[in-house]
Amino acid sequence: MTVHVYIPRDAAALALGADAVASLLRQAGDVEVVRTGSRGLFWLEPMVEVATDEGRIAYGPVTVADISGLLNAGMLEGRPHPLRLGRPEELPYLAKQTRLTFARCGIVDPLSLDDYRALGGLKGIACARKIGPVATIEMVTQSGLRGRGGAGFPTGIKWKTAADAKGERKFIVCNADEGDSGTFADRMLMEGDPFVLIEGMAIAGFAVGATKGYVYTRSEYPHAIATFNAALDVARREGVLGANFDIEQRVGAGAYVCGEETSLLDSLEGKRGQVRAKPPLPAHKGLFGMPTVINNVVSLASVPIILDRGAEFYREIGMGRSRGTMPIQLAGNIKYGGLFECGFGVTLGELVNDIGGGTLSGRPVRAVQVGGPLGAYFPPALFDTPFDYEAFAARDGLIGHGGIVVFDDTVDLAKQARFAMEFCAEESCGKCTPCRIGSVRGMEVIDRIVGGERVETNLDLLRDLCHTMKFGSLCALGGFIPYPVMSALEHFPEDFRPAHRDAAE
Amino acid sequence: MAAFEPWTRERGAEIIAGESGREGATLPILHALQDAFGYVHAEAIPMIAEVLNLTRAEVHGVVTFYHDFRREPPGRHVLRLCRAEACQSLGADTLAAHVRQRLGVDWHDTTADGAVTLEPVFCLGLCAVGPSAMLDGAPLGRLDNARIDAALERAR
Repeated sequence: MTVHVYIPRDAAALALGADAVASLLRQAGDVEVVRTGSRGLFWLEPMVEVATDEGRIAYGPVTVADISGLLNAGMLEGRPHPLRLGRPEELPYLAKQTRLTFARCGIVDPLSLDDYRALGGLKGIACARKIGPVATIEMVTQSGLRGRGGAGFPTGIKWKTAADAKGERKFIVCNADEGDSGTFADRMLMEGDPFVLIEGMAIAGFAVGATKGYVYTRSEYPHAIATFNAALDVARREGVLGANFDIEQRVGAGAYVCGEETSLLDSLEGKRGQVRAKPPLPAHKGLFGMPTVINNVVSLASVPIILDRGAEFYREIGMGRSRGTMPIQLAGNIKYGGLFECGFGVTLGELVNDIGGGTLSGRPVRAVQVGGPLGAYFPPALFDTPFDYEAFAARDGLIGHGGIVVFDDTVDLAKQARFAMEFCAEESCGKCTPCRIGSVRGMEVIDRIVGGERVETNLDLLRDLCHTMKFGSLCALGGFIPYPVMSALEHFPEDFRPAHRDAAE
Repeated sequence: MAAFEPWTRERGAEIIAGESGREGATLPILHALQDAFGYVHAEAIPMIAEVLNLTRAEVHGVVTFYHDFRREPPGRHVLRLCRAEACQSLGADTLAAHVRQRLGVDWHDTTADGAVTLEPVFCLGLCAVGPSAMLDGAPLGRLDNARIDAALERAR
């Protein structure tokens, strides 16, 4: 009897040797290898799952060197071995999650529409067609879904604005320019369950009356690009996409600022990715001057389950004004790095210590950066902060796209603050002065502080510069770079005092 | 690594024509040229401008805005090493210093024998398996000096 073996082809699993494991197992007798996305337990990748009478049994992390031992131990019958993990859904890391958006990721063959349907796919679009565009938008509004790219703007309101706007054509644009370090949810979803994004975009198109969708994917994600293009072909062939609504994927070219929605639109139009002044809002005048909904991958991919299960079901999860689930990404120097989807409200400490297991290096956690290069550095003293848009804002931070990067006690926060300015200088689109010039001056001032040159005066200057950048920049790049810089300064002032630095050395 | 074809105006024109029907075709054209030749030849800029009814300055502005587009041919292999925060937390800076010393090049440079081009990248989405890199499009995770040396050795 043919044994089904599931091995991820997620880029992170490939980075740890999943392809070599797959090709060895293909030669192991009557075996059919199915390549899936990743479940998101990256310390266990490559994680191999075998279909048995008691369900799938996982083994991991499996290297090429382990294969013959595993086969001899009876892996293909799910028998014991030191690498045997048991049923994956019973692993505490997965059992503790609320997987809605990522319900299928790591389980299904990403290019099988039959798999997608079998696990609840295409029910959302069917519901939307039944209740009509107005009720669809109302349901998304009622669900409380907010933009998962970082800005947290209510998705339903954005859709309604675009639906009410007049235009010859309307567009749905999906922002898959996931440039924040510490984030990989968009990539995992596009590699592991691309149809859920296609379905979400089709629902958005139906709701606002758009006929064309664009997905703008960063070039650093070649595997996501390939899988998503293949999924588009399948969706067209099977009639999920077609004359009423079609999707085209476009590839970015290494500019971080193109994750900002208006510069993304300029880039799609074939221009330099420079930020536009708002208003007009993209919902009124967006791509090619037409009404445009622009949403992040995770926002759009969360829509099908809302339509399928109802607004009430979704909004009952979460805290405060942050409703539903967030795929949180545990990254950097962390023992159990991966994707953890759960309702809003879990604390930072639970995420880093209880779920993430602390640092990979085994040293004490000193700082975590939440929300990418524009997010604040928090010390363990702030680990009681719940994962919620408002709670992070109240502590001068942001949740962004949900990435948490952990640093141990060897980190130098003055160096990280300088890097933030350097990154901003490198990636600034150049349109506004506070960002373009301020970031370069910021690097210079931090260099002077670290060099011990008129430290107090220069610290005042740095604070003043951050204030100018925060309130004077055109977009979130220059506007939020003060978060990592000022949080480093506020929570880790000792790293900016040369006397202490000398004493520590 | 797929060997790139040498630049010719004829092939360039063919590739530009193939993509020019799309709305906002500049980036798709530039990507297609770079996929074929490994870089965007200076001669392509006026050709794109002509086809898309743009000025040369506009096309030049687009090419130079984006980090991805090379204006010179790369080496036989391209190593993109992540320099972003998640990889920094696991020693990416030390790894980068090692690679630069071993290859004897700085960022964006190609080794004297034309074997490897070293490019910085800010995040490959491999943030839970860092430090990470991409060698000729193949992702690499949990890198240390020995693992990157072995990968470069295999590629040579």
